[in-house]
Amino acid sequence: MSENQPFEPVIIGFTCNWCSYRAADLAGTARIKYPPNIRLVRLMCSGRLDPTFVMKALANGADGVLITGCHPGECHYLEQNYKALRRYYLLRRTLAQMGVEPGRIKLVWASAAEGVKLAEEITKMVEEVRSLGPLNWPRWEGENGHKAGMELKAEEVAV
Amino acid sequence: MTTDQESLGKERIGVYVCHCGSNIAGTVDVEDVSRWAGENLKNQGVVVSRDYKFMCSSLGQELIQKDIQELGLTRVVVAACSPHLHEQTFRNAASQGGLNPYLCELVSIREQVSWVHTDKVAATAKSKAVIAGGVERVIHHEPLEPLHVPIHPASLVVGGGIAGIQTALELADAGFTVYMVEREPSIGGHMSQFDKTFPTLDCSACILTPKMVSVGTHKNIKLFTWSEVVRVDGYVGNFTVTIRKKARHIDESLCTGCGICQEKCPKKVIDTIYEAGLGYRKAVYTPFPQAVPKYPVIDEVNCTYFIKGTCKACEKFCPTNAIDFNQQDELITVQVGNIILATGYDLFDARRVSQYGYGRLANVFTSLEFERLSNAAGPTNGNIVLRDGLTVPDSVGIIHCVGSRDRNFNNYCSVICCMQGLKFAHLVHERTGATVYNFYIDMRTAYKAYDEFYQRVLEEGTLFVRGKVAEVTDAARLPGEEGKLIIQVEDTLASKQRRIPVDMVILSSGLQPRADAKEVAHLFGISCSADGWFIERHPKLDPVATMTEGVFIAGCVQGPKDIPTSVAQGAAAAARVLGRIQQGEIALEPVRATVDESKCSGCRICNNLCPFNAIIFHEDRMVTEINPALCQGCGTCVAACPAGAISGTCFSNEQILAQIEGLLMLNLDTAAFV
Repeated sequence: MSENQPFEPVIIGFTCNWCSYRAADLAGTARIKYPPNIRLVRLMCSGRLDPTFVMKALANGADGVLITGCHPGECHYLEQNYKALRRYYLLRRTLAQMGVEPGRIKLVWASAAEGVKLAEEITKMVEEVRSLGPLNWPRWEGENGHKAGMELKAEEVAV
Repeated sequence: MTTDQESLGKERIGVYVCHCGSNIAGTVDVEDVSRWAGENLKNQGVVVSRDYKFMCSSLGQELIQKDIQELGLTRVVVAACSPHLHEQTFRNAASQGGLNPYLCELVSIREQVSWVHTDKVAATAKSKAVIAGGVERVIHHEPLEPLHVPIHPASLVVGGGIAGIQTALELADAGFTVYMVEREPSIGGHMSQFDKTFPTLDCSACILTPKMVSVGTHKNIKLFTWSEVVRVDGYVGNFTVTIRKKARHIDESLCTGCGICQEKCPKKVIDTIYEAGLGYRKAVYTPFPQAVPKYPVIDEVNCTYFIKGTCKACEKFCPTNAIDFNQQDELITVQVGNIILATGYDLFDARRVSQYGYGRLANVFTSLEFERLSNAAGPTNGNIVLRDGLTVPDSVGIIHCVGSRDRNFNNYCSVICCMQGLKFAHLVHERTGATVYNFYIDMRTAYKAYDEFYQRVLEEGTLFVRGKVAEVTDAARLPGEEGKLIIQVEDTLASKQRRIPVDMVILSSGLQPRADAKEVAHLFGISCSADGWFIERHPKLDPVATMTEGVFIAGCVQGPKDIPTSVAQGAAAAARVLGRIQQGEIALEPVRATVDESKCSGCRICNNLCPFNAIIFHEDRMVTEINPALCQGCGTCVAACPAGAISGTCFSNEQILAQIEGLLMLNLDTAAFV
């Protein structure tokens, strides 16, 4: 990022195939606008969200992570979004201890009908993360120059 | 177009960027994106990158197939619309080219980029990131085979209105078993309450009751009235449905439907459902004489025997000893392959629009009340009279859009109310000769022969006032208003406020989802729109399927509609189900979790995470196993396994981590590598 340009955060959004991904589709079909700072990953369920995914996103340069799923009681797989909720609280606490502001990790429920809500939540989150500034987690340069490898080399661990 | 025969990676990937006419190309520099992918993703294995006007067209698909064959592609990434629209199309294209269909990845740069962003530079940069994510992900795809699930030939139809009746008859006539569940004592739904149907003014009962009788007597239809679905287990092809058959207190094997019990029952009850509160029924009753089935129901809440422990008049007089006060609710389990929901609508509660005075001013009627009032078999034998039951009105005001197209209530148009208002106007005119006013916002008379009906009602002399009614009041201010209901309205064509005194007001109330629509949706695992209507798989191209395989919807449960459309949807849903039954099996996405037993430590963390009981623990070997027949593929156990022993096809850790890596390859503000 160059000095004279305003900070544009990058946010990774995890979506559930049955609700929020469809809400994103609906936002598109209805031409509802939101900032281009978010990039979505489709999962089958918010319950599929391995906390590693969030760590990976932050380690690779994301400034925030949005987790979305079906409203409580409306999970396509009956109750797996509750499991996502449990993990989300743990994850936020863990990340807070690592110095990641809670505002960078957000959980939003959005049903397949809530394209407007999803767009609003994305817009809100982009602004919040923008005000928090870049995360600037230290990164390890990968071999081919543009990949930020997660793995520490064996000798680095040994030190 | 860029090609590079000597790629560095193991996989040979083709990237195809769609313009979608101007849908994508209008906001995204598609050529630039394609060029960029060809040049900068070589390390990932991209050997060819092309853009094309319409990738989904046969020429676009042939482009992909040709490259697979000529360039020996092992993976394909298509950047176009949502996978929910065209994933299957491009998987088929890959398959035609000789590639396993699951080695193709569709990334969305239309719904998620071009349609929601306006800045072309940022949208182009984001498209590159999305494609990079897709390319990184596709490397980790595995060739898969779809899962084949057998389809049980029986079907369940929930709701016995006209849509459900049509579905059940179509399926049963084709020779397959249908279980129909109806909550009320009789099938027939709202249509059985109407006198006439627009625009042809067919007698509703004349066209409906033969169909009801067919359902009741059809050898392939098993009818459960006074029953509700309480539990649904299983999945497409093999649902186990539990039906609660409420106690009728009538032994159906003995009852002949003679009606003596109804005659002798001393307890009169106001019928709020079928007669819309205008008439009475007995505590033992069939809602109407043509009810199917003919067996009555004893209403436990109002029956004197159930309240006081004495009476049993019906039992004394029943000639066949069919009355059984000890009958209990029964739980019945049926196996079905597909489910069709046709649970209909509720009428908008006009009390909510307090300024129209329904429930406070006696001579304000709802549309359903008027239907009963005008019905020859109704409480007044079809005489249109005021609430006193005697006075014939001299003037009638019909208010359209009650509860619809109103941001205070429902934003949507209820579709049928304009035509319903016109039908009421015609009936009032024909039977009473009263002056009729229609108060409308816009007249909506789309569909066949509807506008002709409007013209006819206009010619009959009905008066039309364009404007939303502000208030209905009985507070007379001017001479001639005493004892009348005064409709205060802004006549937007004459540009003036008017007060129109009438004897009777009919509220053409809108339709709204059933009060328990959410619970029903949850029971069957489908979703509701923000308004509460059930969501179809695709609003235009797949109106009767839902996102849940094996669950279909028909009629007003999907949104307000008239009788012809409900019937068409009922038949359409049946056609979809018949196609499935005919195939004998269905191919499902192979999204399933599996355990690598050599990695499983037997910690059992995953064991209580599965709501489908697909996870089994083997005590002897101290390892967990997942039953692929029960696994639904949510991936919660995959995410939970601390040993990384569980992996999920289509959404593996490797695939998702790689996609994240790809998505973050680009920084948005600089559109360059991090």
